[in-house]
Amino acid sequence: MKFTIDWLKEHLETTASLNEIVEKLTDVGLEVEEVEDRAEIYAPFKVAEVLEAEPHPDADRLKVCQVKTAEGVLQVVCGAPNARKGMKAVFAPAGTYIPGLDVTLKKTKIRGQDSNGMMVSEREVCLGEDHNGIIDLPVETEIGTPLAEIYGLNDPVIEINVTPNRPDCAGIRGIARDLAAAGLGTLKALPTPEINSKFESTPKVTLQFDDENKEACPLFMGRLIKNVKNGPSPEWLQNRLKSIGLRPISTLVDITNYFCIGMARPLHVFDADKLVGDIHVRMSKKGETLDALNDKSYVLEDGMVAVCDDSGVLGLGGIVGGVATGCEETTTNVYLECAYFDPMKIARTGRDLQIVSDARYRFERGIDPVFTVEAVDLATQMILELCGGEAGTVVKAGDVPPCTKAYPYDPSRYAKLVGDAVPESEQKAILESLGFSVSNDWAVTTPSWRPDIFGVEDLIEEIARIRGYQAIAPVSVTKDQAVAKSAETPRGAKMRKARISLASSGLQECVTWSFMEEDLAYKFGANDKQQAARLKLLNPISSELAQMRPSILPNLIEAASRNADRGHPNAALFEVGPVFFGADLAEQPVVACGVRAGTMSTKHWSSAEASRAVDVYDAKADVLRTIEACGGPAGNLQVTRDAPSYFHPGRSGSLRLGANVIAHFGEIHPSLLDHMKVSDPVVGFELFIENLPEQKKKGTALPLVDLPPFQPVSRDFAFLVDAGVDADSFVRAITSVDRNLVVKVETFDIYTGKGIEPGKKSVAIAVTLQPRDHTLTDAEIDGISQKIIAVVEQKTGATLRG
Amino acid sequence: MDTSALKNELVELVEAANDMATLENVRVTALGKKGRITDLMKTLGTMSPEERKTAGAELNLLKDEIASLIEKQAGQLKVQEMDARLAEETLDVTLSPRPERKGTIHPISQTMDELVTIFADMGFEVAEGPDLEDDFHNFTALNFPLGHPAREMHDTFYLPDDERKEGEAQKKLLRTHTSTVQIRYMLENKPPIKIICMGRVYRSDYDMTHTPVFHQMEGLVIDKSTHMGHLKGCLMDFVRNYFKIDDLPVRFRPSFFPFTEPSAEMDIGCSRKDGGLKIGAGDSWLEILGCGMVHPNVIRNCGLDPEEYQGFAFGMGIERIAMLKYGIPDLRTFFESDTRWLSHYGFDPLNRPNRATK
Repeated sequence: MKFTIDWLKEHLETTASLNEIVEKLTDVGLEVEEVEDRAEIYAPFKVAEVLEAEPHPDADRLKVCQVKTAEGVLQVVCGAPNARKGMKAVFAPAGTYIPGLDVTLKKTKIRGQDSNGMMVSEREVCLGEDHNGIIDLPVETEIGTPLAEIYGLNDPVIEINVTPNRPDCAGIRGIARDLAAAGLGTLKALPTPEINSKFESTPKVTLQFDDENKEACPLFMGRLIKNVKNGPSPEWLQNRLKSIGLRPISTLVDITNYFCIGMARPLHVFDADKLVGDIHVRMSKKGETLDALNDKSYVLEDGMVAVCDDSGVLGLGGIVGGVATGCEETTTNVYLECAYFDPMKIARTGRDLQIVSDARYRFERGIDPVFTVEAVDLATQMILELCGGEAGTVVKAGDVPPCTKAYPYDPSRYAKLVGDAVPESEQKAILESLGFSVSNDWAVTTPSWRPDIFGVEDLIEEIARIRGYQAIAPVSVTKDQAVAKSAETPRGAKMRKARISLASSGLQECVTWSFMEEDLAYKFGANDKQQAARLKLLNPISSELAQMRPSILPNLIEAASRNADRGHPNAALFEVGPVFFGADLAEQPVVACGVRAGTMSTKHWSSAEASRAVDVYDAKADVLRTIEACGGPAGNLQVTRDAPSYFHPGRSGSLRLGANVIAHFGEIHPSLLDHMKVSDPVVGFELFIENLPEQKKKGTALPLVDLPPFQPVSRDFAFLVDAGVDADSFVRAITSVDRNLVVKVETFDIYTGKGIEPGKKSVAIAVTLQPRDHTLTDAEIDGISQKIIAVVEQKTGATLRG
Repeated sequence: MDTSALKNELVELVEAANDMATLENVRVTALGKKGRITDLMKTLGTMSPEERKTAGAELNLLKDEIASLIEKQAGQLKVQEMDARLAEETLDVTLSPRPERKGTIHPISQTMDELVTIFADMGFEVAEGPDLEDDFHNFTALNFPLGHPAREMHDTFYLPDDERKEGEAQKKLLRTHTSTVQIRYMLENKPPIKIICMGRVYRSDYDMTHTPVFHQMEGLVIDKSTHMGHLKGCLMDFVRNYFKIDDLPVRFRPSFFPFTEPSAEMDIGCSRKDGGLKIGAGDSWLEILGCGMVHPNVIRNCGLDPEEYQGFAFGMGIERIAMLKYGIPDLRTFFESDTRWLSHYGFDPLNRPNRATK
């Protein structure tokens, strides 16, 4: 909402300075977004007289002018065709910023002639489109007059952000009322004029609504004014409108805008001679059309508020009028419309047809229904004053809808909710200054222009904001205990630990979109769930951001690939965030997801190992480390070969705790990487941190430490086994021999090739035995070794290598 | 017995030994079982007692002298050999060490951890809620009337209706603010309530200063006596601690949110010079968060009696306060996963926020 100080002062009697007004506006909740003091911007531009305008000796189109300014005579080289001796122009000296050219003038020589500034066109100072020549002022204009004064720009423009609950402040009068209540002056009276009606107005108006839609237009008032003279409106009115960015059109239309902005009262003017029969206001029917004043055509749906005559729809009530019956320069008989429309209906219609208008903006927030009646006479008077003519009677259909409410108010509630005590008399005075009426027993009745007041808390806010929130004394909020309790949720704690663990392991945390391209989502699991259709946005920003992500992997793979394309390959990235399997609460789990792409590092002198390609074991290490960091049983999980299809089927696995899937890890399926145009290998994992078991242990004590006094013994074995047998079979077989004694089983070599028959492999395993109550004898160790060999051979089909 | 020739010979041998092996040979030659001195020692038995006495003393002296000479030479050779070994083992220490990858914590996570530590210190606990929400929790319960312009201002992402649900729970959407968690928490917990909640929120807006996903933090206090003075005090304590500026100027302005009454926006002081922005006492204000006393309708919608319970709520953008604190210029870069950006603006995982530490 834009307005000027002069316009504000039409409604507010005040001596406050611009700064005081600006500060107070913000204090009462009318946040100032911008103050444009154009007198300041245009200060260097002043009227000057051209004393001489001789042709430039070395340029056909230029003139060398002697310009008389208030500061003295200066030479200026000018290219304008209309520059001539004796004219009054607007001069800007060297050092001036020219807004239309975005340059700051310098003293210069143009083709050898000194030039000390410039004379400007309207376009060069952003005050119009005219660029046919420099501004040509009446000869009687005094030298030194500021440009701002000539163009009526001495009036600072303020733009405020009106919150949607304050329709009254969508008019300058409402703003003035708030400022007056806050002590910045007094609200000027706005007496309703006596209009001398000369004849019966036509057409008549009927409201044609069924009971269900009666509220759509409860009141419609009209008046015929004959023999008006339309045309450009007076300069003061044009300046008012121009200063806030509205284009003056004609006196009649400008008057409607003047009421709309000045008093939040949209009006409409019809050319009465173009109306056919009576006016009726009704719900529109699907398929009706309107050529609107905004130069667009609309096809209406059922249920929009239509102002019609016998020819059809004239306009959309409260939103936009029609071209066919609009006022033109030639209009002599005008029919003034002043009505009240239901905010909800206006909002719906405006949204459905995507019409943005000053009228819609005000009606959908809720204008003052009572003022409808007064506005008819106020607008009539202005039309008569500016356009002449004579007015008919007021045509009125319907009545002012109920719009004031009374609330019992207990002034002691103020201190309870706000914290500081304000005397009853002050509370009453503030409410009354805003237009509320307060009875002796504290029944507070709202003014008709405040549809946003619904109860006691709203009244308290009114008092608090007019007093200013700075009056409220701050009180610290402290914890109830001396020492703060932990604030995290169990899930939050795991998320934090997962982040620290992964970042400590060299991965960089990312935050990526929660949605992705539909096809990619299918490839990464959305199809596995029957829920994909439920998780497709109805109004996505683009097709790349359309489907809720079933996995974070594709986002991280794409991110790694983007980094590689920028010349930064080998990214190691992770994210801890939601994935979506369905719309229910339980179907939005948090996943810790990581990828490593390319090689573990760049080439290094120390070893080729430094720059080896990432593989499935890197992903497995990342996920196990993270599980451990989250307090999960990392050493106690089953590894199964059933990771989702987006992993390499032979180089991936799932980690399970019983039926519970804790994580997937592996190399990303090469055909998916091809599809995503990723050339480097990528490994990754997904850890469902909410599937990790909660620690059941109560209390803080840890299990007692086990420190056997006897040295552990290590024995190595080499077996020949079918190539398809997994290492885990050996571990489980060997551990089963004596769970107490066997504390570690580690595969330290796997060999195929020369000396090993095809389809077989040699597996070398180191077994660590931890004696508990005595040092093991050689015979005992041999006994255990024999058992290990026997169990392994039995369980895995392996044979001991000789 | 004249041993001087032998002595000279042996001394010469010892001194000529320039490595440990040669020296060991000399030792064997002189003092070994069949060594020269040992051999002479063996001849003592054949001598008369008189001769044996003088020759024995002389040989022992020689033996000790040679032994000590060997020891001394051995010491020198060890030093020499160590010097040689060290010289041989010299490496180029200007070479880079074996690569270890350095990971980082995203500024959003770091900021969230900072927020938890500050609000935990004031007695708040963390609450959680889902990203994918419904109309009731996101709008209706928060006192957004149907069809009200305030709903439109939220640029909501919608999902297909969930026909398994009824009424407003059918209409699925991505939460536009974390205020949804206020509702979920109040419906499930009785006052006193003192929570914060952080997470992703979604709005259909994508330009220089908006991303379709961003993060918010929400705070809620509900009891029988918390008033607007507490709201001011709590948030003033927060911003001054968060930005680490004890005298940071703050300003509360009346504003409008459907779910609070009275409502306010909070500004902090800043100065803008030469296009730069500096938080602190200055000539300008910067909007930082929205807040207010919880609207009685919201309290009622959550099954509590607004005559009995009251309190405040506030919400802020996490990226915004992270950008302001750490001077990160562009919102969109938070979501681009550019490893250069992550390395620069990301945090050391060992540098966890902690109110007790520096």
